Amino acid sequence: MPRINSTDELKKLRQKILSLRDPNKPCISICAGAGCIASGAGEVIVAFNAEIEKQGLKTDVDTKGTGCPGFCERGPIVVIYPEEICYLQVTPEDVPEIVSQTIKEKKVIDRLLYVDQSTGEKAIHESDIPFYKNQERNIIGSNIKIDPKSIEDYLAIGGYAALAKALSGMTAEQVLGEVKKANLRGRGGGGFPAGSKWEGSRNAPEKIKYVIVNADEGDPGAFMDRALLEGNPHSVLEGLIIGAYAIGSHEGYVYVRQEYPLAVENVNIAIKQAEEYGLLGKNILGSGFDFTVKVHQGAGAFVCGESTALMTALEGRAGEPRPKYVRSNVVGLWGRPSVLNNVETWANVPLIINKGADWFTQFGTESSKGTKIFSLVGKITNTGLVEVPMGITLRDIIYKIGGGIPGGKRFKAVQTGGPSGGCIPEELLDLPVGFDELTKAGSMMGSGGMIVMDEDTCMVDVARYFLDFLTDESCGKCVPCREGMRQMLKILTNITQGKGKEGDIELLEELSETAREAALCALGKSSPNPFLSTLKYFRDEYEAHIKEKRCPALSCKELIAYHIDPEKCQACMSCFRKCPSEAIVGGKNLIHIIDQEKCTKCGTCFEVCPPRFRAVTKISGEPVPPPIPEEARTIVRESKQK
Amino acid sequence: MDKERVDQIIEKHNAEASSLIQVLLDIQSENNWLPKEALERVAERLTVPMTRIQHIATFYKAFSLVPKGRHQIHVCMGTACHVRGAPRVLDTVQEMTGIKPGETDLDLKFSLQTVNCLGCCALGPVLEVDGKTHGKMAPSKTAAVLKNCD
Amino acid sequence: MSEIILQIDGKEVKAKEGMTLLEVARSAGISIPTLCYHEKLEPFGACRLCIVEVESRGSTRLVVSCVYPAEKNIIVKTRSEKVDRIRKMILELQLAHAPDAFDLQELAKEYGADRGRFEKEPSFCIHCGLCVRYCAEVKKKNAVGFVDRGIRKEINFIPEIASKECWNCKECFPLCPTEALQAAYVLVQALAFPSQPASEE
Repeated sequence: MPRINSTDELKKLRQKILSLRDPNKPCISICAGAGCIASGAGEVIVAFNAEIEKQGLKTDVDTKGTGCPGFCERGPIVVIYPEEICYLQVTPEDVPEIVSQTIKEKKVIDRLLYVDQSTGEKAIHESDIPFYKNQERNIIGSNIKIDPKSIEDYLAIGGYAALAKALSGMTAEQVLGEVKKANLRGRGGGGFPAGSKWEGSRNAPEKIKYVIVNADEGDPGAFMDRALLEGNPHSVLEGLIIGAYAIGSHEGYVYVRQEYPLAVENVNIAIKQAEEYGLLGKNILGSGFDFTVKVHQGAGAFVCGESTALMTALEGRAGEPRPKYVRSNVVGLWGRPSVLNNVETWANVPLIINKGADWFTQFGTESSKGTKIFSLVGKITNTGLVEVPMGITLRDIIYKIGGGIPGGKRFKAVQTGGPSGGCIPEELLDLPVGFDELTKAGSMMGSGGMIVMDEDTCMVDVARYFLDFLTDESCGKCVPCREGMRQMLKILTNITQGKGKEGDIELLEELSETAREAALCALGKSSPNPFLSTLKYFRDEYEAHIKEKRCPALSCKELIAYHIDPEKCQACMSCFRKCPSEAIVGGKNLIHIIDQEKCTKCGTCFEVCPPRFRAVTKISGEPVPPPIPEEARTIVRESKQK
Repeated sequence: MDKERVDQIIEKHNAEASSLIQVLLDIQSENNWLPKEALERVAERLTVPMTRIQHIATFYKAFSLVPKGRHQIHVCMGTACHVRGAPRVLDTVQEMTGIKPGETDLDLKFSLQTVNCLGCCALGPVLEVDGKTHGKMAPSKTAAVLKNCD
Repeated sequence: MSEIILQIDGKEVKAKEGMTLLEVARSAGISIPTLCYHEKLEPFGACRLCIVEVESRGSTRLVVSCVYPAEKNIIVKTRSEKVDRIRKMILELQLAHAPDAFDLQELAKEYGADRGRFEKEPSFCIHCGLCVRYCAEVKKKNAVGFVDRGIRKEINFIPEIASKECWNCKECFPLCPTEALQAAYVLVQALAFPSQPASEE
């Protein structure tokens, strides 16, 4: 592939690629993101290729493994172009039918379509599905259209046009000015204005500067960056090169966590391709601007998502954060000015340059401009990635897009911001989503994880869970975090095990203040947030655990007991057979009894008891009724009389 | 792991001290663990003190200083998976393999680790065995996945 | 390096640009408690005991004086209700590891810290890092280092280096505020190179 040496040549190449593509030619796009691959998309792709070959359609139909569109729970996802017919949960067995019915005869296969749970309505096109319809998919919308391993696919949808515009038609100051005007705030958690960060580095006297992509995405429950980096790596690279140009940096790094092998693979391929095409390296597009980028893998440490810790890891050391009294955009990697931004932040840059800051600022609120990708997961009907304009309410995200809580359960809280964030209860669901609004409510936007919890989730356990996570992931350098969290975890674990006592909450609050005020980095300073926010909105649960030894959500193992209601048990023997500890005493036509001594509280009996009986119950905070005497256990069946 | 292979990996990263973590990742992925001799060679060629390597090899979860089992099991304990019942999946895996997270069994068949988020949150609970991700796990399904490992 | 003027505890002090608040305070004879600070070593900022209140540009916040660069016109308070409360908590958290450490006990008296507030932790080490940093920066032998992270973090001697260097050196032993260092050395010595004597006979 000959190098592209000017923006003119780029334009010509793009035209050539488009001229060779027939927009009406059928194309079967199968999502090849990590989520769908886990659900079997690899086999589906193989099946399609084999079936197309078998039916002699190889020249007439394209197949493509694409980037992740974010509707992971319904994967493997297949979208058939040009009609945009969207099929969900496709298996290799469905493939022959899809090829003969939909491709050849243009007939839609009903059973593979999306069905609205409440109305029963089916959606044929991707854009009709309520999950997608209510989103504003400026960034992630491209994923299903391209093969992330093909630079030509990216060029075909207009890729690298922003870079060409910046390098040939704008000065570095103008690029910086546009990003500042757009008020792009960091999408990784800090929400810091990217334009100011870039300006600080640009103005720093040191000549050698760095730009860094933070793809460490450690927040559990968040996978936006995975989808972007895997699904459209060139969009991130393009943003990075534009940013480097604006700042005056010639060397960049992409720090990807090692738990994302597909993202590492795809970004490496993208970099190699960009180098071949002359979009990376020396004299990019004939502009005289040089820029190279290297990929560094993480090695399994959440703290390396913190910007100073990440830079320490890039230097080949253990990822311990540094004090931020002198900002890292002035003294960063190797002591030099370094602009570190999140994957999604960089992916917004080409859009801002292509369409202008004025276009960008039409989305969002006064202080939070643009769209944001959230990962909507947990106890929610439509799980996946949603891209929405800032300012939309939490209620709309959870109910309109997410389809509400499954199983007829009641919403309890939505946890945002990962381990640094907090829980937002029902009464605040009309809060518009934005950086400052969520912080005011005691949580934060963070990287965009939104974990929905229902009535079965114990909020004290949620606080304990996050503290457990953070004590494992803390770097361990400073006392308020290492020792403070050590003690907080002990106390919270005791509370969930029924060993809580008076004064525990006050001690936890004191430890929280110490961490907040005196910890070294943001991980330590925000570590008390999950506790403080659950205490604020769910104090009654803490008091029930401590004073009554009762778990209101019926979740904490040590505080609950399983009990079979003798009035409801019909001796179907499902629980008897499945109990892993042989703790159920029963038999044909005998009411079943749980032996509390043997019961390990695994919950299997609760799970397998048929819904029409619902005989297994959970009890907390009161004694388990004694088993009914053996003589009373025989079930007398009413004979079927005419 | 033989010295030549270690040297090749070091050369691939230009023997730069800042690439220390990348070098160790390559050794770990090929060899399944970090033998002491390999670490000493890396310390020598990259001119870094052994204490730094010791810190890095224990600080980051990707590394193991002892041989790992033939089958690596990762149970995701991220928030989304946790809320959907990951602790019970972990309990079942522990019961079936006889080991706790961070351990390898005596036959060197299984190594078990918890992971704080694999990025497949919409499919929680998630189990990864030998690099293959299994979503929508439940205690009853775990048996089927593990039985296929010999 | 130019001279700057700032205020500490109501006293006007002169400093050179590039000095940390701790250095400025010490040069003016104002004492701030420390655990992980040592004149011969790079500031570490781990114990957080030296936190002080700084008022600048209209807002007040807590900063760690051993790493915070002195700025002109700031108003520094080395004691306040908040500062004392946090120092007390830090000491109580450390005392859970090393309740008999002399330095900790002295500070505990000053701040009213209760050594029994938290249950005794199994590890003596309070992670001041003095031993690790001294061996790396002053002796340049790197015989002892950190292992692991979070609540599992510990110190560990490298047996091959320790067996050659430590016996004739032991300069880090008096730096340790607790018995952890000697204990760690003796353990490694017993397991890895028992033929060498640990103490002078």
